[in-house]
Amino acid sequence: MSSVRIYLWLILILFLQIFVLNNINFNGYINPYLYLAFVFLFPLKKNRFLFLSLTFLYGLALDFFSDTGGIHAFSLLFVGYIRLFFIRIYFKKSEIDYLLFSLQKEPFGQVFNYTVTLTVIHHFILMSLANFSFQNLGSVILNTLYSSVFTLILYFLGSFIFRKKQTS
Amino acid sequence: MQQLIYFIRKYRYFLFFLFLQFIALFLTINNNAFHKSKFVNSANDVTGGFYNKVTSISDYFNLTRENNELINENVLLKNRIEKLNALLDSSKSISVIDTVYNHQYSYISGKIRKNHYANKNNFLLINLGLSDSVKTEMAVVNSLGIIGITEKASQNYTRVQSILNQQSKINAKLKKSDYFGTLTWDGKDYNIVQLLDIPRQAIVNKGDTIVTGGRSAIFPEGVLIGKVASVEQENTSVTRVINIELFNDMSNIKNIYVIQNFHKKEIENLEKDDE
Repeated sequence: MSSVRIYLWLILILFLQIFVLNNINFNGYINPYLYLAFVFLFPLKKNRFLFLSLTFLYGLALDFFSDTGGIHAFSLLFVGYIRLFFIRIYFKKSEIDYLLFSLQKEPFGQVFNYTVTLTVIHHFILMSLANFSFQNLGSVILNTLYSSVFTLILYFLGSFIFRKKQTS
Repeated sequence: MQQLIYFIRKYRYFLFFLFLQFIALFLTINNNAFHKSKFVNSANDVTGGFYNKVTSISDYFNLTRENNELINENVLLKNRIEKLNALLDSSKSISVIDTVYNHQYSYISGKIRKNHYANKNNFLLINLGLSDSVKTEMAVVNSLGIIGITEKASQNYTRVQSILNQQSKINAKLKKSDYFGTLTWDGKDYNIVQLLDIPRQAIVNKGDTIVTGGRSAIFPEGVLIGKVASVEQENTSVTRVINIELFNDMSNIKNIYVIQNFHKKEIENLEKDDE
């Protein structure tokens, strides 16, 4: 994906998150947090300052709209930082492969593990910060699970539908 | 010094990450501290402008609901005006032309001055009298259902025979099927009245709505009474007693309407001719 396309996608996803997904409130409180796709979609680069700054700003933009202080910025930045670690573990990639790396070219099983791990971590941090206390830990975990499932379904559906056709 | 620079170079991403995390954490804590976020909130021009735009679009999808709410509110306000009129003690007539049954009714709003419901034969006193053109044998209702029939009118007050009166006999019918009977009271529970003389073939279920029958010249057809609470059928007797739970809480009523039927005399004259 060219970088302009990616930026357009990310802006679209941001607005989708703010104006549609934040208002779903399935069963009263379950929302998908599809904006996490930022971390999956953004290309790997050796210089990580841009990426880290953008995750922070992206989350902060969402915080501005949903009046949540800095919880989205915090959780998205965290996932953005540990992304490389999991890429190394699951895909066995080193710095040389970053330029050509794309989730679409990887086998589905590994991609699944990778996305599920990051999603659950992100949602857990997000829910804990939203809860902002050590009580109600049960509801935090439950909320994490439900929202993760919701987010993952949306993400996989989206990535399947908008998959670029492989040029054979 | 060199080691410090080396350290920073080695961990530059991590330090940058920590720096941003601290900012985010600070904003989060600040947001949670006194529930007043100084920096991050949606009450600024940019986010507010976006929300304005989106709401102006999404408002269209809610127009039906909003309309319904407005209609309901209108009804509520109209009723409140009616109540205020009653509070002012100045009775006011509203004419209702009932096109379905071709009766012309006039509603006169009033207030209950005295209410008995614990006796066997209960009467109410209302603040309307001959000067408000309230006479004997007129229907007394409120928004929830029937209350009684005017019995004796003085210049400014009228005594009303409550439906909680063993002398009271009011024509009533099932709302769904037009089978009619007589509404009476056995003097026991002020929430339960009895419906007699419903034909045997009429199917009566628990929860069915009972309304006035309109066969008398007093009550308009379709004024609410109550819902069926239970059906008592004695094996030996032919008749069955239908217990009806009143929609009105007869112990707690204040504002009433007296219904004047302008065609009453005409109807009674016709019925006299039949005899």
